[in-house]
Amino acid sequence: MTNEFLLAGFGGQGILFAGKLLAYVGLYAGKEVSWLPSYGPEMRGGTCNCSVTVSDDPIGSPLILEPSELMVMNTPSFDKFIGTVKAGGMAFIDSTLVDGKTDRTDIKCFWIPATGLANENGLKGMANIILTGKILKETGLDDMAVIEKALAKVIPPKKANLLDANLKALKLGMDA
Amino acid sequence: MAEKSLMKGNEALAEAAIRAGCKCFFGYPITPQTEISAYLSKRMPKVGGTFLQAESEVAAINMVYGCAGSGIRCMTSSSSPGISLKAEGISYIAGADLPCVIIDVVRGGPGLGGIQPSQADYWQITKGLAHGDFHVLVYAPASVQEMADMVAKAFDMADEYRMPAMILADGLLGQMMEPVEFPDVEIKMSDASNKPWAANGHKGERKHNIINSLYLQPQELEDKVVERFKRYEDLKANHTMAVADYCDDADIVVVAYGSTARLAKSAVDAARKEGLKVGMFRPVTLWPFPEKELREATKNAKKVLTVEMSMGQMIDDVKLAINCSKPVEFYGRTGGIIPAPADILNKIKEMGGNK
Repeated sequence: MTNEFLLAGFGGQGILFAGKLLAYVGLYAGKEVSWLPSYGPEMRGGTCNCSVTVSDDPIGSPLILEPSELMVMNTPSFDKFIGTVKAGGMAFIDSTLVDGKTDRTDIKCFWIPATGLANENGLKGMANIILTGKILKETGLDDMAVIEKALAKVIPPKKANLLDANLKALKLGMDA
Repeated sequence: MAEKSLMKGNEALAEAAIRAGCKCFFGYPITPQTEISAYLSKRMPKVGGTFLQAESEVAAINMVYGCAGSGIRCMTSSSSPGISLKAEGISYIAGADLPCVIIDVVRGGPGLGGIQPSQADYWQITKGLAHGDFHVLVYAPASVQEMADMVAKAFDMADEYRMPAMILADGLLGQMMEPVEFPDVEIKMSDASNKPWAANGHKGERKHNIINSLYLQPQELEDKVVERFKRYEDLKANHTMAVADYCDDADIVVVAYGSTARLAKSAVDAARKEGLKVGMFRPVTLWPFPEKELREATKNAKKVLTVEMSMGQMIDDVKLAINCSKPVEFYGRTGGIIPAPADILNKIKEMGGNK
């Protein structure tokens, strides 16, 4: 079993952080993982994406051109990547921010108003975590003990007070 | 052993350098290797070492020259244009027979080029790094774990053979995160205690040592160079490294190094799933090039395919190793474009990969 996640949005939305969380969930679930960011002169406000592979087998290419799971948090990324999702794959779309539609019927699209949900629940800035929760649920990487361990690892010590809010966001996403 | 954690290739390399006894780092920032400097700027002072951001790449490599002369394990890192600037200093270090480790996290070129991954420095690093008759050891990791493992190896070999050792990585390996663990390494020769040549103060107890690369008497210089090349011959005979997968029955053997080997391996695995007889050969040392290992891996092959993130540079060494005894084709992308495994697979099929 191999999951090839492509996460995309604007810099500052927590795309790389969400990718790191997925990678640590994979690592603590005993799988092979790789995390590859796009890097370039563009930073805050520019487009940003990252490739995360979680697999039972050793990972060849860490670069994902045809994701099995796509998470998008802005319209340019949606337009750019929705066509690249593997047939039978899934797309997780922040419908608060993405203005678009697709006629693809060979993939499963989850339109989740993640940014709206975050704002309504006092979780401003955690739309990325809400979407990640949904991804973990739908891909079966949803062992809560593993997820909590991964979350504790990726949240920097200085922000440890945000652990509960992140957990709340994850659960909100899982039930969305 | 400690639990594995995720680290960027650049950071894993930096941590491994400290664990290998590197006591001094001299650098100058450049994408995509800056995480090495950033990491060491935090860690080096905590282990009693020296981190120094020099005023330029040229200054940094000359600080390495001086530090290496005192017998202390030291390192510098840069990316392509910065390595060109360091070239003169590297030649002096080689000419003075000093050990050090130099990291090149390659980006697209020539000129300032771009900042995305590339392998277009192969010729420069393995053949024409700077003036004079000399080589440096070159290791090409293909994973974050290898970024860590090869630093320790590079320090040991540099000390043993008294020559610079380089790690040739690229932006992809430097920036990606993978699980990594740091085995307890036995540090050999990390200080000057067993380096009788070191210029580290003689306290009037021995004859002073001279570190120099200037020999005005031709015979003396020729003798020096010939002695150095004898060491190179020993390296060629005993210290090449390569990984071969499914080569025994392969009609086509794909040759690729570093991160490109990862991409090529994905294509080779896909080809095997379709029943195509394709093998994979990955040189781990680029100098010395694993010639005999490649000859062995390709002895039953009909064709060879070299894949690189350049216009084709390592392909020269592939042809030389097999003495052009069979066709060697090339597929590559350059300028920071990463070759897609699907495109490599297409090339394999175009070459007539048979079931």
